[in-house]
Amino acid sequence: MATAFTPSPLFERVERARRRKHKLRDEFITLAHGSGGKAMHELVEGLFLEYLRNPMLELLEDQAVFEVVGGSGPARLAFSTDSYVVTPIFFPGGDIGKLAVHGTVNDIAMSGARPLYLSAGFILEEGFPISDLKRILTSMREAAAEAGVAVVTGDTKVVEKGTADKIFINTSGIGLIETPVKLSAANAQPGDKVILSGTIGDHGTTIMIARGELELETEIESDSAPLHSLVSEMLAEAARSADVAAIRCLRDPTRGGVATTLNEIALSSEVCIQILEQSIPVREEVHGACEILGLDPLYVANEGKLLAIVAPEIATQIVARMRQHQYGTDACIIGEVKSDPAGIVAMVTGFGGSRIVDMLAGEQLPRIC
Amino acid sequence: MKYIDEYRQGDIAARLAEQIAALTDRPLKLMEICGGHTHSIFKYGIEDLLPANIEMIHGPGCPVCVIPLGRVDDSMSIAQTPGVIFTTFGDAMRVPGSRTSLLGAKAAGADVRMVYSPLDALKLAKKYPDKDVVFFALGFETTAPSTALTVLQAAKDNIPNFTVFCNHIMIVPALKALLDSPDLQLDGFVGPGHVSTVIGTRPYDFVAQEYRKPVVVAGFEPLDVLQSVYLLVRQIVEGRAEVENQYARVVSRDGNRKALEALFEVFEPRDYFEWRGLGSIAHSGMKLNAKYARFDAELKFSVPGLRIADPKACQCGEILKGVKKPWECKVFGTACTPETPIGSCMVSSEGACAAYYNFGRLSKVAERTARATSGA
Repeated sequence: MATAFTPSPLFERVERARRRKHKLRDEFITLAHGSGGKAMHELVEGLFLEYLRNPMLELLEDQAVFEVVGGSGPARLAFSTDSYVVTPIFFPGGDIGKLAVHGTVNDIAMSGARPLYLSAGFILEEGFPISDLKRILTSMREAAAEAGVAVVTGDTKVVEKGTADKIFINTSGIGLIETPVKLSAANAQPGDKVILSGTIGDHGTTIMIARGELELETEIESDSAPLHSLVSEMLAEAARSADVAAIRCLRDPTRGGVATTLNEIALSSEVCIQILEQSIPVREEVHGACEILGLDPLYVANEGKLLAIVAPEIATQIVARMRQHQYGTDACIIGEVKSDPAGIVAMVTGFGGSRIVDMLAGEQLPRIC
Repeated sequence: MKYIDEYRQGDIAARLAEQIAALTDRPLKLMEICGGHTHSIFKYGIEDLLPANIEMIHGPGCPVCVIPLGRVDDSMSIAQTPGVIFTTFGDAMRVPGSRTSLLGAKAAGADVRMVYSPLDALKLAKKYPDKDVVFFALGFETTAPSTALTVLQAAKDNIPNFTVFCNHIMIVPALKALLDSPDLQLDGFVGPGHVSTVIGTRPYDFVAQEYRKPVVVAGFEPLDVLQSVYLLVRQIVEGRAEVENQYARVVSRDGNRKALEALFEVFEPRDYFEWRGLGSIAHSGMKLNAKYARFDAELKFSVPGLRIADPKACQCGEILKGVKKPWECKVFGTACTPETPIGSCMVSSEGACAAYYNFGRLSKVAERTARATSGA
């Protein structure tokens, strides 16, 4: 089976259309705009970026990195924000509080920064039980302690019953980049390897089942975890054997899954990312549940995993180092970067065929029959 | 036996592919009728494994794709009626009507909810007795029995606020319409898998006996599809025209008697039903019969019931008949994309256009077709 892809003739036609600048034509927000796929990208690039444009925002990374100069010299900081609206708020493996801490810690960590401080803003619905709030805060305290961060500032709002779904949390985070690392989705180069830190689809599948719409009994749990110490191990290994720049890019594949994140990198770096289906770790129960639900694990959210694009020389060592870490035990190389067709993620199926792994148009909707 | 991985083994696939290639190098056109098979073929890159002389034509077995614009608008008029909770399968939410889709109507304030089964819709009706809960019933004979069983349950429990907007269709009349259409040249059919679990394989006998075309009822895993293609090509090479059952692990000759009984109890055939692309086909749609008319949403709500022509640029009809390939449609990938679909072939995850757009743009299909026709 040749692994060189031959684009079909209409490929050019489609690609030209795809590359046209994202123009938001919708008149109303739909759920698709929040699902991490193309609709959300249109909203962000076609609307938010248009109105709020500045050089840092234009980079559209998961966090902003900037330098501040103080008395003791320049320091590079990373700054990120995320809002948490998950339903249900309690689920196997975690809750909205734990996610709120891990999610922002991870966004900071993906720039190579050591997370320092978080803010936490709460929007509470009238009637929300304080006992639930206590549970969530306990989770947040434990997650923050494990991550070595402090919640140093916050805000609370209460809204009338019916105007918010129990509790919404926003966390913003700030971190310090201590190595000369310059991570970016635009850094991938042909020849680089794609590393995944562990099994995919655990979190999103857990949430779908926890919603109780399907009466499935499983032991699947959310994989929510703080990844900054895994990242610092990876950076240390790179510095030790080659150069910290050998790690090109780090991303945590949350909403939209591994497929969406790889597409973002492929587009940003103008490269082709080729992955091997057989090398992608998926838990058996997640695989089975996704089959029943008609979902593709590649598009399902993860909250404790990362994707790394690294120089080929150090890929195996990085994986070995990751496997020694509690959140990287199933780390593996899942593919590599090629030069064309640029902007495409292609997968060699376990079956020997090949297909594109495109960004989703909107939400992943389960199939009928 | 876990029923997933065993049917996805690459080495067995490679061997099957070799065996298919060894059978003949005659150019053959095989149609997979069912949208689920189209999806499988593209998702697993099966066409990459088939020899260049075998072309898969994608048939109209996608129940979401064949709903005409007028019926989509009808569903939206019900959804936008105050006091209605409109429940639907996920796939149908994105299908474009003449102005917007159910997803758009939801954003504009209609109470549209996704359900996995009509029984969920019935649960909603019991939970909200002051609302009218309508279930958008879609699908071939695969999903019709669960609608029927839900109606029977609603009758038993005497639920006054539950109705069904019935768009169930039958595969055999569509198959016959295809076989009768002059612009089609097909050598064989990969038969629908899940429809056949309900209706059995007997109903396809006429294809073999009257039209002398072979049919192999196939499962959905990639090895199922490959094995079915092998069996089909073998029939053709041996000059046979029979109905074979590759999906014997769930499909039987006579189908599922209980499911069929539920169907006959609740539904009756409509005189005509319009199919996007295929036009009006006699006795191809189902509606609730007189005994269960009180659960019929079309009687409870007045729907516009207009016949609306497809947008001029849209060639879904030709694609559903297998006459044109997705990339031969002038708006494929440019004006018509999964985010901005003009026709339903692009929106449903089982539509040929969506499958090709999402999975197959890399394939060498056009190249292979060129090779096959030039005899290289």
